[in-house]
Amino acid sequence: MNLFCVGLSHHTADVETLERFGGNAEVSCLLRDSGCVEAVLLATCNRVEVYGASESRVSTLDVARCLDRKIAGGVLAEAAPFYRYEDTQCVRHLFRVACGVDSMVIGETEILGQAKRAYEAARANGGAGRYLHRLFQRAFRVAKHVRTHTDITRGAVSVGSVAIDLAQKIFGNLGACKALVLGAGETSEKTARALVSRGVTDVRISNRSAERADNLAQSITGQAIRFENWLDQCREIDILVTSTSSEVPLLSRSQLEPMLRERIDRPLFIIDIAVPRNVDANVNALDGVYLYDIDSLQSIAEQALAMRREQVAVAEQIIAEHVAEFDELIARGINRVPVTPEHPPVGESSLRPSEL
Amino acid sequence: MDRYLLFVSTACFLVAIGHTVLELRGKVFRPMRFNFAAVGLGFIFQTAFLYVRGHAVGRCPITNLFEVIIFVAWSVALFYMVVGPTYRLSLMGAFTAPLVVVLQLVALLAPIDHPHPVKVHANSWLEFHASISLVAYGAFALACIAGVMYLVQERQLKTHQIHSIFYHLPPLTVLFAAITRLLWWGFALYTVGLFSGFFVGEPLPWIQIICAVAVWVLYGLILQGRYLHWFAPKRVAALCVVGFSAALTLLWGITFTVQTHTR
Repeated sequence: MNLFCVGLSHHTADVETLERFGGNAEVSCLLRDSGCVEAVLLATCNRVEVYGASESRVSTLDVARCLDRKIAGGVLAEAAPFYRYEDTQCVRHLFRVACGVDSMVIGETEILGQAKRAYEAARANGGAGRYLHRLFQRAFRVAKHVRTHTDITRGAVSVGSVAIDLAQKIFGNLGACKALVLGAGETSEKTARALVSRGVTDVRISNRSAERADNLAQSITGQAIRFENWLDQCREIDILVTSTSSEVPLLSRSQLEPMLRERIDRPLFIIDIAVPRNVDANVNALDGVYLYDIDSLQSIAEQALAMRREQVAVAEQIIAEHVAEFDELIARGINRVPVTPEHPPVGESSLRPSEL
Repeated sequence: MDRYLLFVSTACFLVAIGHTVLELRGKVFRPMRFNFAAVGLGFIFQTAFLYVRGHAVGRCPITNLFEVIIFVAWSVALFYMVVGPTYRLSLMGAFTAPLVVVLQLVALLAPIDHPHPVKVHANSWLEFHASISLVAYGAFALACIAGVMYLVQERQLKTHQIHSIFYHLPPLTVLFAAITRLLWWGFALYTVGLFSGFFVGEPLPWIQIICAVAVWVLYGLILQGRYLHWFAPKRVAALCVVGFSAALTLLWGITFTVQTHTR
């Protein structure tokens, strides 16, 4: 039996190409026409891959045609830079994909859910049999192992998630936190919604235009605060998000310092995502105040990404061990199926290196 | 013979430290089970040591500076076993083990394990007074460790330099709540220990009383300052570290004067 993977990803193709192949992809034609015994289609915004098991070699062109019926044989090379992995390389590739090592954002965990859904869909329509079942189940195990034994998923890597993660590192449960969002533009709205989605129940909105503040507050079941009164809110809030278009700082150290005396045992987390900044940088020097602007959030996201990159080597080592184990399992024969002409063993001789 | 138990206990704590260092170097820190098991094993050997030594001296084994230090180290491990899992402060084991190792190595290497010069008769009030006060030291030690963890995290948050260890530390507010509870536990136990000293029925040196009251006042002020908003959480955390260093020095002073007094 020949295991193979043919696909496109963000490494080899642009978004337009991925959309073209991923949009209406289906693999039933592979199972129907090309001698493929099993097939799983993994289509995400960053990759379109077909994992298959076949008695005889299924060409890359056959797979490509299945993904996009408009492809003519001669234009494939120019049309899309497909890659192809076979047998051990295919196993390694799927393990790397499931672990997030091959993802655009290293260590992202969404891909594992997508792989699980792809496998479930294939199982439901009869595309995944015992070969791909073993392969995908092992891939999910490897992903779990890597996630548990490395820091590859640690740390947020986007500005928004860094801010929310930091809030959780300061306050723990965000359910009891009070947040004030200063500004009612698109960024403010996104941040306010992110806070609500992470459990903040008391979100207040303040904006120069009271109408826009009201609208945003209503849409997130928050509370609108008159712009003249927003500074007083600093006595009781835990999180302040500033995103106004003000050209001068709206909050200085001298304004905040007297208020902090009343709330000395409660930290204040300030997320200043405005450009130019809305909060004077000196505010960060105050005890219990943690001020983050867009640059510092970006820097932490980069640090986290660098940390994840460092973990790739550890993850690759774990993957290599599992690939070797899986190869051994294949060599011994999956499920100890009786050797008959109809059910040939998945042995070393049958899992041959196929021609590219 | 009993010292071998202490060597094995120290080795267990050293294994916990070694594991932490290796994990941190590899930036793959999973402290929970291994550290807890290693510290737990070390605690069992500490307890065995105290049991054997207690039998040998025929009373609570806090008759010299060596035994007092080991008793404090045991109290620290005891509080970690209780507090660590309760507050999910898994990383606390990584911070606790070094303190215990330092205490035990000082006790083992320094020539301070001299038998008490005169046979001290068992006095249940005196033993209660001394042992409960030393258990309170365990709570103060753990508050000190939680304080160090707080300061490490606070610094990283302030400077925006987030390292791998940051992601394993509990949230700031959780740490501060743990510090407060440990201070309360320590202060309550110490108060009981201090007042039980009045029932000992033997005259105690003034310097010892002054030292003991100084520790009580110190922690009373930290708690008072925390509730009256004199100090920000960061300062409370720093005071826990300073306070425990001072308390250890005063403990040495108390033990030293007791030994001198009984000669």
